[in-house]
Amino acid sequence: MSDQISATKAEWQRATITEIVRQTPRVVSFFLQPSQPFAYRPGQHVDVRLSAPDGYQTQRSYSIASTPEQGEIIELAIERLEDGEVSAFFHEVATIGDEIELRGPIGGHFIWTVEDGAPILLIGGGSGVAPLISMVRHRAAQQSLAPILLLYSARTADELIFHDELQMFNQSGNGFDLVLTLTREPASQESDYTRRIDPAMILDVLARMPSPPKEVFVCGSNAFVNAAADALIGADVPAAIIRTERYGV
Amino acid sequence: MTTRGFTGRRQPPEITDRIPPGQTLTDDFPVLSAGPTPRVRTEDWSFTLKDGPKPLIKWNWAEFNALPQTKFTRDIHCVTAWSKLDTPWQGVLIDDIFAEAGIEPPTEFALAHSFDGYATNVPVKDLVGGKAMIATFYNGQPLTADHGGPARLLVPHLYFWKSAKWINGLQFTTRDEPGFWELRGYHIYGDPWREQRYTGD
Repeated sequence: MSDQISATKAEWQRATITEIVRQTPRVVSFFLQPSQPFAYRPGQHVDVRLSAPDGYQTQRSYSIASTPEQGEIIELAIERLEDGEVSAFFHEVATIGDEIELRGPIGGHFIWTVEDGAPILLIGGGSGVAPLISMVRHRAAQQSLAPILLLYSARTADELIFHDELQMFNQSGNGFDLVLTLTREPASQESDYTRRIDPAMILDVLARMPSPPKEVFVCGSNAFVNAAADALIGADVPAAIIRTERYGV
Repeated sequence: MTTRGFTGRRQPPEITDRIPPGQTLTDDFPVLSAGPTPRVRTEDWSFTLKDGPKPLIKWNWAEFNALPQTKFTRDIHCVTAWSKLDTPWQGVLIDDIFAEAGIEPPTEFALAHSFDGYATNVPVKDLVGGKAMIATFYNGQPLTADHGGPARLLVPHLYFWKSAKWINGLQFTTRDEPGFWELRGYHIYGDPWREQRYTGD
């Protein structure tokens, strides 16, 4: 797969918050209109920079949840982190019409487009679903029938981001398969599993796919990504086709 | 521009000159990588020096650990904007590796290679002069797989993606050949003090 990107510089620019949508008790989507719109691919991220009056600055990376077909406005699904400096600003201060600085797109590896082929297995934990929904939305916008299975783990049904949209895609019966697991909630009709991702679950989802995946994308906390990636390797999925993105912690 | 309503936190004044621009101090040790964590057994581990395609010398785990050991405490800076101060490492200086191999670097550039296929480029001048090592211990303990164990490159004055995890060799190259992230939008050199995060910075 050719995933090397051309050498262009992503400059800092202003972007305006055009819409704010609460997704879950801890996650809010911010829709941003860049002053200089840019092309991006599903799975890429932007760096966001906040500046205080005395010149102090801090920056964070956020995956783009929207798909390029939706237009110039990008969606960032920002989780309120305990003790989070930037996420607290977004959740408690930012309002529609505010300007923030961002640069992007960033990242030349954790990317999938319909041209890259299928089947594709996506595995997301918590807000790690953000770059994966971009791929799922891209597939739908392209009216692609590429087989994609999304295994999505959250603590509770309330914390499933993009839940209604994912269910809608799932019910369209055109090759998108959604498997949910909830780690802190008893069994209900909402989910297929109620436990953390483990080797047996990975074997189950691989068996649900029409043929072995061409690529696998895993995004979440480091512990989540390690659990999923180790289980995939245990199920004889080649390490070379597994792409990971970790929050760091 | 100033962000409306953002006051932010400050670094403690006594360490502000140790935090490069755009970085935030962390007490954790975050883990990032582009693929699964390889579980490399020390009995399968080896380290090879190459000049282009030509192998110069190869050490197995026991031979490598018999090389002179150096301890080294440094600040580290990740391109994802965290910095961690005073991280304690132990391993073999690149200077000592070249001396043990009995070589003078034949070119000005090198690629570090890893067991998972990762590669990253570092100029030779940034590897010598006591600036870099192959680290096998962190904080007095054998380096864990998450942090690149059994052995990783440590080039702490560059962004940390240059400090290749799961290293299995250094290859001299005639040109400055971009590695994995350098081909995917990240800076060819990666100096945190000049904030060289991405191509063109």
